[in-house]
Parts: sequence; structure tokens; C-alpha cells
Amino acid sequence: MLGKFEITPNNMSNKIVLTKGLDIPVIGEAELRVAKTVSPDTVTIRPSDFKGFVPRLLVREGDSVKCGSPVLADKRRPEVLVSSPVSGTVKEIVRGEKRKLLAVVIASDGRQDALDFGIKDPSSLEAGKIKEAILESGLWPFIIQRPYGIIANPEDRPKAIFISAFDTAPLAASPEFTLGDRIADLQKGIDALARLTDGGVHIGLNAASYAGTPFHKLENAVMHVFQGKHPAGNVGVQISHVCPVTKGTTVWTVSLMGLAAIGARFATGRYDVRRKVAVAGPAAIEPAYADTYPGAPMSSLAGFFGNTEGLRVVSGNILTGETVGRDGSLGFYDNCVTVLKEGTQPELLGWANPIRYKLFSTDHSYFSWLTPWRKYDMDTNLHGGPRAFVMSDAYYSKVLPMDIYPLYLFKACLAGDIDAMEKFGIYEVVPEDVALCEYIDPSKNDIQEIIANGIRLLLKEME
Amino acid sequence: MKKFWAATVDAFATFLHVPGTVTRKGAHVRDAVDLKRIMIIVVIALVPAALFGMWNVGYQHQIAVGGGFAANIWANWWWGFLKVLPLYVVSYAVGLFIEFFSSGLRGEEVNEGYLVSGFLIPLIVPATTPLWMLALAVAFAVIFGKEVFGGTGMNIWNPALLARAFLFFSYPSALSGSEVWIARKAGETFADGFTGATPLALEGAAQYSNTVWSQFLGTIPGSVGETSVIAILLGAFILLWTGIASWKVMCGSVIGALAVGALGDLAGVSTIPCWNQLIVGGFAFGTVFMATDPVTSAQTETGKWIYGILIGALCITVRLFNPGYAEGMMLAILMGNTAAPLIDHCVVTSHIGRRARKLNAKA
Repeated sequence: MLGKFEITPNNMSNKIVLTKGLDIPVIGEAELRVAKTVSPDTVTIRPSDFKGFVPRLLVREGDSVKCGSPVLADKRRPEVLVSSPVSGTVKEIVRGEKRKLLAVVIASDGRQDALDFGIKDPSSLEAGKIKEAILESGLWPFIIQRPYGIIANPEDRPKAIFISAFDTAPLAASPEFTLGDRIADLQKGIDALARLTDGGVHIGLNAASYAGTPFHKLENAVMHVFQGKHPAGNVGVQISHVCPVTKGTTVWTVSLMGLAAIGARFATGRYDVRRKVAVAGPAAIEPAYADTYPGAPMSSLAGFFGNTEGLRVVSGNILTGETVGRDGSLGFYDNCVTVLKEGTQPELLGWANPIRYKLFSTDHSYFSWLTPWRKYDMDTNLHGGPRAFVMSDAYYSKVLPMDIYPLYLFKACLAGDIDAMEKFGIYEVVPEDVALCEYIDPSKNDIQEIIANGIRLLLKEME
Repeated sequence: MKKFWAATVDAFATFLHVPGTVTRKGAHVRDAVDLKRIMIIVVIALVPAALFGMWNVGYQHQIAVGGGFAANIWANWWWGFLKVLPLYVVSYAVGLFIEFFSSGLRGEEVNEGYLVSGFLIPLIVPATTPLWMLALAVAFAVIFGKEVFGGTGMNIWNPALLARAFLFFSYPSALSGSEVWIARKAGETFADGFTGATPLALEGAAQYSNTVWSQFLGTIPGSVGETSVIAILLGAFILLWTGIASWKVMCGSVIGALAVGALGDLAGVSTIPCWNQLIVGGFAFGTVFMATDPVTSAQTETGKWIYGILIGALCITVRLFNPGYAEGMMLAILMGNTAAPLIDHCVVTSHIGRRARKLNAKA
């Protein structure tokens, strides 16, 4: 199927309409302005951000680093590096049980001295040189492979490379606002990645904003237009409609933010992962954007949430993000921080209350589906207790626009049946794709974890 | 031991309050719906059938003992209520005790599935069922129909129907014949010339006011909740509005029943027109409330059609061609439950095959 695409700019013919999905109506969307430019005193690099990466420490406490200095390397593929986003000195190496490396804290000197990797023109380089250029600068972790959702193996040649140019997750940062002014970097990034595959670079655009988005000007890529609710913006969903991942094939994905960073590396020779971060959520004070680095402490964003008592601070969005708290830091892949209330208040006879006006449910046993224009102040209450799966497959597949039977896949993962997992499409999904199934599940199962465990089992079996 | 009681304590606490439990992994916000909500909606959908059934128990009693039609509607209902209430007390007491006990053993929270099963069971048995029999049947259904498989969500057969099947095969005299459908007090005798058989047992023979209208309204003898098609349709409306029951199963069941009924009409083995089959006996009740149980029905959407059609067709087949059983719905649904995994297996296997071909074509 890939072969028949003309790689021309503005190929509008590939419009794909997705009828399944759900936009969770939560309040607290970030206003499109940069309210604060944060130059953090410290940044934290957490190895747990990087999937499929076994960290080996390359620095010691007290070492001085520059922007782009390697801090971690993958034990199995030492060429895959994670770099420091700021210049300064290594302040602390945090270890947990059995000396497991938890974090590397770097004190910033505020000067942003950067290693110079050299300006390069990707269109004149061969694949090996491009990989080398991305690897040495520590930007390779932005390249994620499917299946498994882990950092790509630089030795592979993927079937295609996919980039989603829109994010449908609740309260997600607007790519037009955060990266609309970096078209030149994005284009450089595409030119570089296009050399790494024979199937071309594929970009998913949002039908709703197609006319207004600057991204459809990008060249050297196949454009696909998707119309639908979340998870239409998930790159995994887009892949499954264009070039489904099967056993033995690999496709790569890069976030738009990662693409800009890769492009900037070729354009300027520098490692620059500075980003605009949406600080959003029902409990955020005047939600807006902050301009900062990955690893920046949440306390540097305290102006957006004040006292964190009774609040949950999440790096990422409310479906897939990680609870980091005030003492935590912004994840490497995240450009969104969500603040919401902890829902620890019990609710008297809540399940029996006929209306529950303040709560949202997609289920028709409540009435909120009749008022689709309303938005809700959501908290972290589970609204129930864990149970075995009772509702049938269609209950879950209505929020998963993929050609798979989700409940069968979940149960195959629970049973640890690799054969069944393969048949039911484990290669096509990563946890974020089933986050909405988890959201609507009346049995309150941790479905993303079920899928993550399934993937972990597959990876273990491969070794 | 403390852990054992935790399930019981938790069940009562969460019955009163939606707990202040917060999400720990994965999605930080969750939908307001939970299984308690879904189960209580099913119970609400059953309430019209239950209320009507209570009235009808009193009404049938009035007719049977020659009380005439003039009796007060409330008096009839109250008489029936007092007759049905013990069935409910036994059904819930025995079922919930076992449910709490096994949840304690498993160390899991108590699943609310039995709220529905416990409400269904009194509605699908004759009001005259001896309470000790009912207690045995409930215990059998809950232990061997559900708990041995791991509780609600893991069972193969609908527990409420298993309870009825247990009664049907263990104590046939209490569940068939023409006497059991009319509740009487000790010492009361039937009025002269009265027969209390259900329309099915009489094969459509002339019965007092046994018109199509009375069959639709439900003023006929039968199990407590099954007689009134109007009350059942009210329940069906609630279940379909909320999307808890599958319209595909319901439609499939009606189509299957009409198809076999029509064959029966053509072949001359049937004494009533095929559409009439839909409003007598347990067909409507079973189609709306029991075949649609999401746990024991087919899981796939295509499978739900096949499963529904199979149940409707089997029900009428039993009615028409098996002289031993006047009613076929119970066995049809249990057969449907048994076949559901196989139906799903076929649907899913063919999907996997199609998917593999499609993926290969794209690759």
C-alpha cells in the first residue's frame, strides 16, 4: 500500500474519518500565551522516561556538563545517548534500592553553553551519517519504534516513519502554538528522517484545523488527514490506518517536538530541547504556557498551582501522564503539565444518585451525554472499585478506532498468552492507545498497565 | 480473618458511599460509571415487571378462588407482594451470603452482579415455589454457576437461569403442571372448572379471557415477572436507552423466534400464529433481561446477532417440537450461553484471518 502514495506536498487525498473515540470534556485548557519563561536552577534526567533503555551513567557528581553533553548511555547499544538539556554541573545522582539509578540532577549555570555538533545539511548526507548525527547529539531517544513503543534500534531500517502533527489528548498543548514558528526546523528534521526509510515520512494532520495549520506546508512527506475525536491524534491510531504494524515489521515514530529538535540539530549544530509547555488542568491557576526545559522542577511552575496540598501534579496529560508532584520534574517527552484535584471525598450513595450533575460519564445510565457542550471539573476519584470485566467488547471498542477486538487483547495480555496477543494486535498498540478504554471501563481495570505488561512479556520472550 | 471480613465491610461501605479511592496508575481521571450503576439500572428496568407480577399473583388468586374481578387493585397487589416478598428475602439472603463469603475467600471486593441475579430469580419462578427449594436452587446457581468460575464476569451461564433450571429438573412437580402458577393459601380450593395452566401448557386452548390482549397485558398465569409484555417492554426501553442490553441480541431473538414460528405455521405443527409466540410464556422476559446479560452472551457484535437468533429459534423449536416441555426459553438461553464462546471463537477467528490478509496486502 505504501508504494502507491505519491510523495508530493499537500497530498490531501488521504482523508481518513474515524468515528470511534472520545474527547473528554475537562476544563482548564491552557490559554495560547507564554505566561512564564522558566530558566530552572536544576534539571532532572529520569531514566524511567526512556522505554527500552538500560541506563549506564556517563557522569559523576561534580562533573561539569554543557548542553548536549552525554549523561546516560544505553548499556546494550552504547551509541544511544541521553544528553543534558542545560549547561552546569552534575549536582546529584539519585539511586534507589539495589543502587538502581533513579535520576541525575544537574545544576544549571544559566549560561546554556552548548556542545557544537556542527551544522549539517541532511539532504546531502547518507543514512549512516544522519543516524550518527542524531545519535551523537543525544536526540535519538526521540525516535520510538513500533511495535513495543521503545526507543528505536539505530541498526534497523523502518518500513516508514510517522509523525502526528496534532494532539487530541485532553488539554494537550497546541502544536500550532508551540511549534508553528519552527517550520524550518521541522522541515530539516523531515529531510533527515526521510533518508532513514524507504517508505517515506508520513505526517498526520487534523481535518478540523487543516486549513489553518502551518504544517501542511511541510514538504518531502506524505500527508494524511484524520478526522475524529481522541485518539485520532495518536500516532499509533494513524499508523494502523495507513500502514499497520505486523510481526517482523518496524515503523518509527517521532513526536513533532522531537522532529523540531532533530531539525534544529542539523540547522544549528546544537542540542536544543527547550519547549513551550502547556500548564493546564481543572486546578491550574490561569492555565497557559511556560517556556522551559525537560527536567525542569515542577516547583519552578508553582505560579500555576500555588499550594499543592490536595492537588495532583502530572507531567503529561490526564490520560497517560505520570504523577510527579511538586518535587518532581517535567518528563523528557512531555510538553504538558496537568494539575487536578485529588478526589478523596467519598460521595454519599453516589452510584445511586440519578443525575450527578457535576460528573461526566459517557455511559447512558447518566445523562451527561445529552449535554455534549458542557465541560467538567474532574478530579482523580476512581468512581468505583476494581472488578472483573463484565461489559462486552463493544463497550471498549467504541473509543478505540482500530481494527482490533480490545477486550480480547486485554484478556490475552492478562493470560500472558503471546500467541493470542499477536493475533489480537498487540504489535499495533502501546498503552496510550487504550487509555480511553481505561477511562470508560466500569470495572475500573488498569488497562494501560495490562497492555504495558503484555508488551514487557513480549520483549522478555524475544531476549 | 481480618482480610476475610474486609470484603463484607467494604461492600457495605461502598454501598453507602462512592469511596474516596483515587486513581493510582494509568488514566488520572475516570468515567463516573461503575458496575454498581449499571447493575442498579438493570434492577430498575426489572421493577415494572416485578410490580406487575405481584399484582398478577393476587389477581390470579382472586380469580382462582372465585373472588371475581371486583377486588381492589391494591388489595391484589398487597396479596401478591406478601406472596413474592419471601421469595426475594430468600433469594437475596442466600445468594448474597454466598457471594460475600466467596469474595472474602478470594480477597476481592464484592461484585454487585448478584443484585441483578437476586432480583431476577423470584421473577422467573412460580409464586408457589417452596422457599427451601428456592434456597437450594439459589445456592446451587451461585456456587456452581458463578463462584467456582471466579465470580461475576467469569461465569458461563446466567446464574438466575441456572437456579430455575435446577428447580425445573430437581423438582419438576413444583414448576410444571397446571396447579403451580396460582398462589393459594392453605385450605383454599380452586373454583369449579378452573384450570390455572399457562397458555403454553394449554396449547392455546380456550381459557378464560385468555385473549391476545390479556397475554400482552399480562393478566394470565405464569412465572411472577414473565407475564406482562407491557412491563417487560418498559424495562426493554430502559435497557436500550442506557445501552446496557444489546439491541442486536433482542432483535436476533425476535427474528429467530418468528422464523421458526413461521415454519411451524407452514408445517402445521403450531396452533398459534408465529407472532403470538412472542407474547406468551417467558420469551419476552428472557429476550429482554436474560439473553442480554453481557457476561454470558456473545461478546462480539456479529456474534450477538447469531447468538440472539439461535436463542429465539431454539425457544420456539422446543415449544413446537418437544412434547415434554411446554416452555423453551430457559433451555434456549442456557444453550445460547453454552454456544456463545464458540460463536465468538468463530467470529474472532474469521476476523483474525481477514485482518491478517489485509495486513499482508498492505505490507
